[in-house]
Amino acid sequence: MDNTKLLDIDDLKVSFFTPAGEVKAVNGISYTLNKGQVIGIVGESGSGKSVEAYSIIGLLQSPGKVTGGKITFNGEDLLSYSEEQMEQFRGNKVSMIFQNPMTCLNPVYTVGNQLTEAYRCHRKEVKKEDAIKQAVKMLELVGINNPERRIKQYPHELSGGMRQRVMIAMALICSPQLLIADEPTTALDVTIQAQIIELIKQIQEKTGMAVIFITHNLGVVADICDKVIVMYAGKIVESASVEDIFYNPKHPYTLGLLRSMPKVNALDYERLIPIEGTPVDMLNLPSGCAFGPRCEKCMKICLRQAPPKVVISEDHEAYCWLLAKEAYEEEKNND
Amino acid sequence: MAKYIVKRIVQAFFVVILIACITFFLMNMVPGGPFLSEKALSPEVLAAKEAKYGLDKPLLVQLKNYLLDLLKLDLGVSFKMQINRPVLTIIMEMFPVSCKLGAISLVWAILCGIPIGCLAAYYRGTWVDNVLRVFTTIGVSIPGFVVATVLLVIFGVKLSILPTMGLNSFGSYIMPVMALSLSPMCYVGRLTRSSMLDVINQEYIRTAKAKGLSTKVVIFKHALRNSLIPVLTYLGPLTANILTGGFVVETVFSIPGLGRYFVQSISNRDYPIIMGTTIFLASFVVFMTLIVDILYKVVDPRMDLSKEAN
Repeated sequence: MDNTKLLDIDDLKVSFFTPAGEVKAVNGISYTLNKGQVIGIVGESGSGKSVEAYSIIGLLQSPGKVTGGKITFNGEDLLSYSEEQMEQFRGNKVSMIFQNPMTCLNPVYTVGNQLTEAYRCHRKEVKKEDAIKQAVKMLELVGINNPERRIKQYPHELSGGMRQRVMIAMALICSPQLLIADEPTTALDVTIQAQIIELIKQIQEKTGMAVIFITHNLGVVADICDKVIVMYAGKIVESASVEDIFYNPKHPYTLGLLRSMPKVNALDYERLIPIEGTPVDMLNLPSGCAFGPRCEKCMKICLRQAPPKVVISEDHEAYCWLLAKEAYEEEKNND
Repeated sequence: MAKYIVKRIVQAFFVVILIACITFFLMNMVPGGPFLSEKALSPEVLAAKEAKYGLDKPLLVQLKNYLLDLLKLDLGVSFKMQINRPVLTIIMEMFPVSCKLGAISLVWAILCGIPIGCLAAYYRGTWVDNVLRVFTTIGVSIPGFVVATVLLVIFGVKLSILPTMGLNSFGSYIMPVMALSLSPMCYVGRLTRSSMLDVINQEYIRTAKAKGLSTKVVIFKHALRNSLIPVLTYLGPLTANILTGGFVVETVFSIPGLGRYFVQSISNRDYPIIMGTTIFLASFVVFMTLIVDILYKVVDPRMDLSKEAN
């Protein structure tokens, strides 16, 4: 991993303009991703983690729209790209794999057809035979046996795990610098999940590409990521290295997430600990901290005013009044 | 696959026989008969004529004889309209006219209908979509004879730029083809639009976009083939109907096709012609349905015809 910036997201805002009103799905998030870094974005459904990823690759569906901020990739402003430039960019520099491999491959074309198409649309000079060779090579890379036979098969002839492997092969065929994995294991059963994560990890180590791993499974994050971003209601609540998230979490929401994970060594009478309350109504975001109404340590100010950024250590930041108070008191004691 | 086709052909055979039986009884239930004309025949002559064509025998015996002849592909001879000419010869003479007109209309309906649907889906919610929706709704709901009459009045009579009857020149095809194809064209357009919209929201379309394919490739390669499946279902019976002749259009434009002849045979009670054309039409529909079912497999590799056969 080198320390040159690959992706820089600055105060990104994405809204969906629905008949019921504006839904601020992503509400001012900033982070940077270095070359070869693996970042995990964690949050519950509707926290804006997928929307944020779709806006990087330019696949936001109407009525979604980027309303503010900047996305810079290798120093270039992605939001200023024309549709043609975006087509050149997608699948070539940045690829994406999705949640459900059962529905993500076109049922009426063979695996080979869909793989070579992904390759040849960015490498126009490549001959068909060479593209097929490349496809076979990619299928070997993702651990599919008998690839010469597989490329002639249709998606319905493959299992779910194999289809996700094909999706990964397809995403990596043009050797992108960044892979966005949008919950790639959620639809698979547990043993296959582990295999797919292991596969992504191996390929990442081999090729040195950067990965944005979107998930709501903290176990997955622990396995593969260098850095973790926790999102809630369209905002980052905490971002830190993977060690800090697990051993030194600061934000009450992160704590809640960790506490609600089932434990292997749990006693028989122990119950899971949920985060109380319901996810926030994105149409009517509270003026203060969005997590405030569900937070057990909620203070008066939390409901009134959005919390400030508190820097805990070099790459550990959280947005919480509680931490701001602690920081303030610590400073006062030092004086 | 072969097993499936054989099974379907056997099924089709029984379907056609059943249709023949039903038509036979319906036809005989309708009052009147082939030899009742304004000038009453004497009872002796009538009896002699009926005896000649076997109409004096009980109905079930008549049906049995007809079906046995049918197995030998003998459809009998015309009683009245072209006396004593074999029905099969008459059909084979009339069919090419209807078939040619129908084939042109069909191709036209598909060539226009599918792009109309694609356009409407692509520009969903915009004025393009709205204009096309109004057009296709009108096209589907106006009956063929109204379209035919309006065209005839405007282009044939008022402007006199197109011939009003027969099929003798290129120009004479224009109006019948328009009248015959408008409704199916609009229907195909609406079907394509709705199934295209359904397909566009599928996840594999998002994958195709994520690969960096252009909108054109996404729509015409990835979306269109998937959205043709419902259209194909409709094309089977449509092809059969349109090729065997829109009888209204043929009547309005005085085209000597099978459709018009079929209608005339009913008012004339020319039993063998009624039976012959019905069986011909039914076989054609059944055959086209089979062709469409086989085409499904071509369009969608997930279809497993052999499994369906068991």
